[in-house]
Order: sequence, then C-alpha cells, then structure tokens
Amino acid sequence: MIWQQLQSLAGSYPLALRGLGMTVMLSLISLVLGTALGFGLGILRTGGNRLISSVIGAWVDLIRGTPFLVQIFLIFFILPEFGIELDAFTAGIIALTNLAACFICEIVAAGIRSVPTGQVEAALASGLSRWQRMRQVVLPQAMRIVLPPLVGQYVLLIKDSSVVSAIGLTDLTRVGWLVVQRVPNGLLVFFLVGVGYFIVCYPLIMLARRLERRMGAAHGEVQL
Amino acid sequence: MLENFSFRTIIEYLPLFGQGLITTVWLSALSFAGALAVGIVLAAMNLQRSQLFRIPAKAYIDAVRATPLLAQLYFLYFGLPRLGFVLPELVVGILALSLNSGAYIAEIIRAGILSIPRGQVEAGVASGMTYVQRMRLVILPQAFKVTIPPLLGQAIVLVKDSALLSLISVSELTRAGQLLASDRFMPAEGFITIAAFYLLLYYCLKGLAGLSSRWLGLQPARSST
Repeated sequence: MIWQQLQSLAGSYPLALRGLGMTVMLSLISLVLGTALGFGLGILRTGGNRLISSVIGAWVDLIRGTPFLVQIFLIFFILPEFGIELDAFTAGIIALTNLAACFICEIVAAGIRSVPTGQVEAALASGLSRWQRMRQVVLPQAMRIVLPPLVGQYVLLIKDSSVVSAIGLTDLTRVGWLVVQRVPNGLLVFFLVGVGYFIVCYPLIMLARRLERRMGAAHGEVQL
Repeated sequence: MLENFSFRTIIEYLPLFGQGLITTVWLSALSFAGALAVGIVLAAMNLQRSQLFRIPAKAYIDAVRATPLLAQLYFLYFGLPRLGFVLPELVVGILALSLNSGAYIAEIIRAGILSIPRGQVEAGVASGMTYVQRMRLVILPQAFKVTIPPLLGQAIVLVKDSALLSLISVSELTRAGQLLASDRFMPAEGFITIAAFYLLLYYCLKGLAGLSSRWLGLQPARSST
C-alpha cells in the first residue's frame, strides 16, 4: 500500500519540480520588484513631504490590514472590471510585489529614521546634494537596521506566494493539493511539500539570524 | 469600471457578512488562546538548559517558520483523517492557526524573558530567591510588559491568516465574500466589503497595541506585522 503510494508519488515528481519552479519564480520576480519599489517608497515616506508620506502610510496600512488572500481576489477579480485583463500569473506577481513593497517600505523608513540627524546635518554642511546625502551617508548606515528584517521579509514573501494557489497557479502548494487527490496520503504529500519550502526558506532564516547578530540590530524588529 | 456597484446587494447580504465577521472574531480569539498555550510551553522548553527539551522546541519552531501556513493547514486537513481523526473543518482550522501562531509567540515570549537585564537575575540570586521566586517575582512581571505589544501584533497576523480557512470551506468572513462573488457574480461587492471588515478589525487591534504600549510606559509600538 505505502509502496504503491511512493511509486505513484515518484511519478509526480516532474509536476513537483514545476511547482517548486513556479514558487521560486513568483517569489524571485516579486522579490526584486518589491525591493526596488519598497526602497523607493521608503525614501519618499521619510522624504519630508507630508502629503506623499501620509498617502504612502495610508496605502501601507490598507495592505497590512487586509489578508493577502483577499488582496489577491481583489486584484484577480476586480482589475478586469477596470478593463485590465490579467492572467493568474500576472495577478500573483502584482499582489506579491505590492505586498513586499509595502512591508519593505516600512522597514526602510525605520532604517532611515534610525540614522542620527547629526549625520544628515554634517552631510548638509559638507555641501552634499540630496541624492549624495541619501546614497553616501544615510542609506549605508540605515542598512545595518534594514538588512536583517529585509531578509526576514523575503522568507515571508516566499511563504505568502503559496496563497496564489487559490487563483489556480500551479505552485508547490497547489501541486500538493493536486497530488493528494490521487494519492490519498495527506501526511506524506504535504510533508514533502513542507520539505520543499523548508529547503528554500531555512537558509534565508539562518542568514537573517546571522545578520541580526552581526549587525547588532535592536529589539525584535525581525519577524520571520 | 464599477458603475454597477450594488450597495443594495451588500445590504441584502449584510447578515451573511455579519455572521462571517463574528465567526472570524471568535475563531481568531480561540486560536489566539491556543497559540498562547502552545507558545508558553515552547518558550519554557526553549529556555531549559537540557538539550532534551531545547532541540525539539527549536526544531518545531524552525519547521513552522520555514513553511507556509497554507501547506500546514492542508497537512492537517488531508493528514488528520489518515490518522483516524475526522474533525470538522473549523476545528482543523483553529488547530492549524494555534500551532502556527504558537511558534511565533514562543519566540516573542523568549525574547521578552531574555530582554530582562542579567543584573536583575543576579540581584534575585543575591537576595536568596529560588528559581521559581526569581521567575515569578522578578522576571515574568517585567517580561510580561514588553511582550504585550508584539503579542497584539501577532494577533493582527492571526486574524489575517484566518482568511485562509475559507480555502477549506470554513464559513468565516472571506468565505462570505466568496459566496457573494460566486452566487451573484459580484466579486467587487463581496471582496471590497470583507476587506473593509478586516480593516475594521485591524484598526481596533492596532489601536489597542498603541494604547497598551502607552499604558505600559513603553515606546510607541512599531508592531512588526
């Protein structure tokens, strides 16, 4: 019985690989886009313009205050009503990128705020331009605070990518769901799915911990 | 565009949404209580000197943190019947949320206890207190204070995570939105309404987190949600 199941499972390994590939691709694309967007938003958030800052803040709150599943449904089912036709993959990328950008924005903003004002004033007194101040003085110091939770955020992103299986994308979780219809051993199937995620996420968790120790980042800002 | 947005349908379905909201609230509350219990046990195990306790606790926490909640949920949903436990979806959902959040809460509690300066413990030892007395009278009261804001942050995460239970057809808030979307083909009405309800819960908990850190004389919370 268990032997038959194992054989049947072995037969679905190409599917599993495809699922893992989909999970990695979704995470990777939205990780890159989300990081770029998140840094941009984080810099704008602390940029001194009240209006821009509060608009970003409100958007971030909106995203932090609603479940990711609901955000995916909103994007996938409602954007078409505005004439934007989306396939599931694009919808998934948009939802994940937006989520990552919002969380990273707050991480970056916290990092920038942690840089003492004296540093900025010194840069100002040395005649550095706005862009030079940000790039050469503020950001390098902010990175110490930003880096550990940033890596932690990547772990969250990979895990959140599992939710896109709800709109029918064949990622690793969806593969597990498909396989379990054929091989009725949920424990084994989802144990293996878990192993797949573990292999991708655990090294990142270790990295985040090491960074946290190395950078001496303060009090519990990291959440993996 | 959303020119056909029908408030009338939303009002018609309001009892359904209300029920979903109430279900989400109480199942989250129950799961949070369960998660606290799991978290306290794990944190206590993790703070022992003996590897016999620490290794299983660490392994559990790492395993939970490195895998998505949805996979854990399916693991229990499809796996428990295999072990002979045929439970209602709702129970499976609460179990999954408790076991998942418990791992995060364990880390919050551990961080809280470890944040107490070493001198406090040494002062306790110097005053001739036993281990239990030190824990009860010196460490825990102070640790309790610092854990409240991050615990509320975790409660926010838990409420949002509970949306995933709709995927194993627990009739909570998100499920109500899905029903409206599929029965009436009105995804906009369904999902925007439930998003609003979730925001309501979010702002309540966030406000509570802010208040609590002010009451406790901590710095304004930057909850890590």
